[in-house]
Amino acid sequence: MPPADKALPKMPPGMKKPAGKRPAEPGSGEPVSLPVIDEGPSKLTRADFTSDQDVRWCPGCGDYVVLATVQRLMPEFDVPKENVVFISGIGCSSRFPYYMKTYGMHSIHGRAPTIATGLKASRPELDVWIVTGDGDSLSIGGNHIIHLMRRNVNLQILMFNNQIYGLTKGQYSPTSEVGKITKSTPFGSIDHPFNPIALVLGAEATFVARTMDRDPKHMREMIIEAHDHPGTGFLEIYQNCNIFNDGAFFEYTEKATKAASTVEIEHGKPLVYDNGNKGLRLDGFRIESIDLTNGKWSVDDCLVYDETNRDLAGIICRVFWSKDLPQPFGVFYREQRETYEETLHNQIESVIKKVGKGTIEELLHAGDTWLVE
Amino acid sequence: MSNKAVETISEATVLFAGDSGDGMQVAGTQFTLATAHAMNDLATLPDFPAEIRAPAGTTYGVSGYQLKFGSTDVRTPGDEVDLLVAMNPAALVVNLERVRIGGTILVNINSFNQKGFKLANIESNPLEDGSLDKYRVISVELTRLTRETLADSDLTRKEIDRSKNMFALGLALWMYSRPIKPAEDWLSTKFEKNEPIKNANLLLLRKGYHFGETTEQFAFRYEVNPADLSPGKYRAIQGITALAMGLVAASQKSGLNIFYGSYPITPASDLLHALSRYKNYGVITMQTEDEIAAIGAAIGASFGGNLGVTGTSGPGLALKTEAANLALIAELPLVIINVMRGGPSTGLPTKTEQSDLLQAMYGRNGDSPLPVIASSTPGDCFETAYEACRIAVKYMTPVILLVDGYLANGAQPWLIPEADSLPDFDVKFAARRKSSENGEDAFLPYLRDEQTQARPWATPGTPGLEHRIGGLEKENISGNVSYEPDNHQLMTDLRAEKVERVKAEHTPLKIFGEDSGDLLIIGWGSTKGSIEAAVAKARNGGLSVGAVHLRFLNPLTDELAEIAARYKKWLVPELNNGQLVKILRDRFLLDMTALNKVQGMPFRASEISEKISEMIG
Ligand SMILES: Cc1ncc(C[n+]2csc(CCOP(=O)(O)OP(=O)(O)O)c2C)c(N)n1
Ligand code: SF4
Ligand SMILES: [Mg+2]
Repeated sequence: MPPADKALPKMPPGMKKPAGKRPAEPGSGEPVSLPVIDEGPSKLTRADFTSDQDVRWCPGCGDYVVLATVQRLMPEFDVPKENVVFISGIGCSSRFPYYMKTYGMHSIHGRAPTIATGLKASRPELDVWIVTGDGDSLSIGGNHIIHLMRRNVNLQILMFNNQIYGLTKGQYSPTSEVGKITKSTPFGSIDHPFNPIALVLGAEATFVARTMDRDPKHMREMIIEAHDHPGTGFLEIYQNCNIFNDGAFFEYTEKATKAASTVEIEHGKPLVYDNGNKGLRLDGFRIESIDLTNGKWSVDDCLVYDETNRDLAGIICRVFWSKDLPQPFGVFYREQRETYEETLHNQIESVIKKVGKGTIEELLHAGDTWLVE
Repeated sequence: MSNKAVETISEATVLFAGDSGDGMQVAGTQFTLATAHAMNDLATLPDFPAEIRAPAGTTYGVSGYQLKFGSTDVRTPGDEVDLLVAMNPAALVVNLERVRIGGTILVNINSFNQKGFKLANIESNPLEDGSLDKYRVISVELTRLTRETLADSDLTRKEIDRSKNMFALGLALWMYSRPIKPAEDWLSTKFEKNEPIKNANLLLLRKGYHFGETTEQFAFRYEVNPADLSPGKYRAIQGITALAMGLVAASQKSGLNIFYGSYPITPASDLLHALSRYKNYGVITMQTEDEIAAIGAAIGASFGGNLGVTGTSGPGLALKTEAANLALIAELPLVIINVMRGGPSTGLPTKTEQSDLLQAMYGRNGDSPLPVIASSTPGDCFETAYEACRIAVKYMTPVILLVDGYLANGAQPWLIPEADSLPDFDVKFAARRKSSENGEDAFLPYLRDEQTQARPWATPGTPGLEHRIGGLEKENISGNVSYEPDNHQLMTDLRAEKVERVKAEHTPLKIFGEDSGDLLIIGWGSTKGSIEAAVAKARNGGLSVGAVHLRFLNPLTDELAEIAARYKKWLVPELNNGQLVKILRDRFLLDMTALNKVQGMPFRASEISEKISEMIG
């Protein structure tokens, strides 16, 4: 087991790896290492969810894996195909709906949450998905994302975080690290980035998870969890933009460094990483990395994760591009809370129960009226 | 039975004015209701400051409610006031210039003190310095009488003083022989759960009424005979209420659910308030985080097969621009209601204006025409709201409905329409089908209806119709993303053509006055009453004038060209700096004259009369 590479310090978001550390090109088009998926009892297959449109992402783009994973997963969900709707904003990632053979809307920059909310609120039986980017959801759509979270509309939101504006050809984004050199920041960006998980937790999200494009198996699990959560399922997906921000997440996604630099958080399980050599424990309100190999600490000392504990989620999500701590992936937080559309329709029902369903005659003739002969 | 003499008059204009905390809007509204019950025709003009409780006694804190009523047609809230009820010196100072020479001014003498004069920026007591010599002044100790009346009540001094509007209302009702019962009923319902407040208000209302009867200050009172209204069932209606009812009626007739997304903004908020009470009609209202979310949510609802509606005022319309274009290119039905206030920017939030017409017409990127219609009276708000919904669905397009702020707040007696008499509103969704694997009979989301050029409305949940829409240009018929030059030309032309087809919804223009002659006045929105009053007066004076009022601002009716050709001159009065006139000149190539006013107030009929005389007198 390689110990945490001392020569390889944790890097701020988006910083390139030193030359030579990068893995082989993922290849053009769809990456190869997708898990074999049991299609389940449904007769539908991936093809039923694949539209006839040419996919126009750059070869090697991390978006392909997400698309393939979602297309493969769809037949497994117990949802009639015609009830599935994908809604996106603008960005490379937001082209997603065109490639799904379902209902879809490629809307305007940042506003997908608003459209999805209106759709789901008025048609609760639909299975609504939002696909968005870091710029789409956290810059121009920042206002909508937080309100979507607090309302807890029952839908899924896949946030493709590549720490860059892909479609506009490579400006820094609200998740880019300070000092990022891009076309619009030739001397380095100066604004501090968002921690997306902390942001949505602060916005009262009921389901918060993170995954990465280069671990389709984990991604698959996380998408299922997000989908099955009765409320807004927020999933941040670290996605490589191999054209404008290549390798932004390689430290977490590539074999050589992944084990030591990431930790998978799972409800009810101790936080252990680096192939069992290390763990995380709580020291007061602080997370601390412990060595499980020198006899001082054991797995029993590790923090057992509780995804229903908002405070814990708040602490663990703060481990963000830390030098000494592994980046967490998995379900940070899950809470059962009545959804927006349930409350909405319950309220309508209760009013109808109380005063009866309105008719057009009642509407017109209500209130104070008089006759002119 | 009154033992005082009664003088019958044909019309009168009353203005209640006081602090924004004095309850003048309530007094005005209740006087209006009583007047409607007295079967007079009427028109109202509420006028209040943007501040909720501006400092008491100041001129900028004055809130007013003016109404004109009569036994003949009443088209405007009145150029000159016959009775001004002034609760304090500031209210008098601000409104004196509106009072007709010889008119009556009723003041609350208890507020006419040094403090009040100072706040109103006057040096001396206008009641004593001769400045009111040309008026009939009635001084009433409103504050003292109110306190005396409620001496035995448990209310606080503040609550007592706040109730003096009911004394003033009672007195005004008596002065014009209005029924007191509508106000009594209203108070009883309004304060159903607060017995002490209810009783205090009822007591004051009646005290005010009887005060007129008993005090020697009044030798007589007025009476206004019922107007010659068409027979039928009436109710008093405010523009905002009419909008809400029009939308709900459209929902009921079409079977579509209304989804109303909105972010509070004066004066459109009241529409959100009104619709949120219609839950039992299946109306969904959503107060969103901003105006963009409001229109976005409405678009989402429309995609889902509901009738998405969003309402706002000027600055909010600006925010909705980009999303309106999404609905336009996605060809989804959507109704955007803009209750217009004074602009630019925050402008005059509580004042009326018609200055968002060009924004509605042209304020979007790209060539992006959409139907624009406008309401002309509070009652017309009902019809136009209904019409906007019908057109949006029939032509699969966003429609902008423009409502002057003053209509939204204004009230009129309204002949309740029969549900059956409303235009048919049938909705056709694309039907369920099986898609074939080879895509040959795949669903074609941009295959157009021959008559309307509308594309099919295919909603999620329908098997076989899965399709993707969005803001990127689409290939006609197939709906695939297309950057083809010829296709973009075609789609741009088709979107324009679709709006042209809305001409099928035009009804013939009604000409008010001469149907040919020296001058044609072309108006839109709330100016209808002032224009018609001015036309009537001009014709009495022997001038040859006619007027038409446009509901459709886009597409314009071709008929207007024919009508305009029958006159020598054209006048376009607007509460903006010249917007419709630009569009009309461009479209009809006629040298039209503009009459413009941007003072936050409607036209006085006299202002239009003067212009008529200047042009052809
Ligand atoms: C109103 C508006 N402003 C700006 C743009 C230009 N624009 C398109 S996508 C984009 C950023 C996309 O970044 P992100 O959401 O991270 O998506 P990615 O392309 O990286 O997947 C911008 C600025 C736009 N389409 N609309
Ligand atoms: S620019 Fe980046 S994010 Fe966009 S398609 Fe290309 S690789 Fe993917
Ligand atoms: Mg991005």
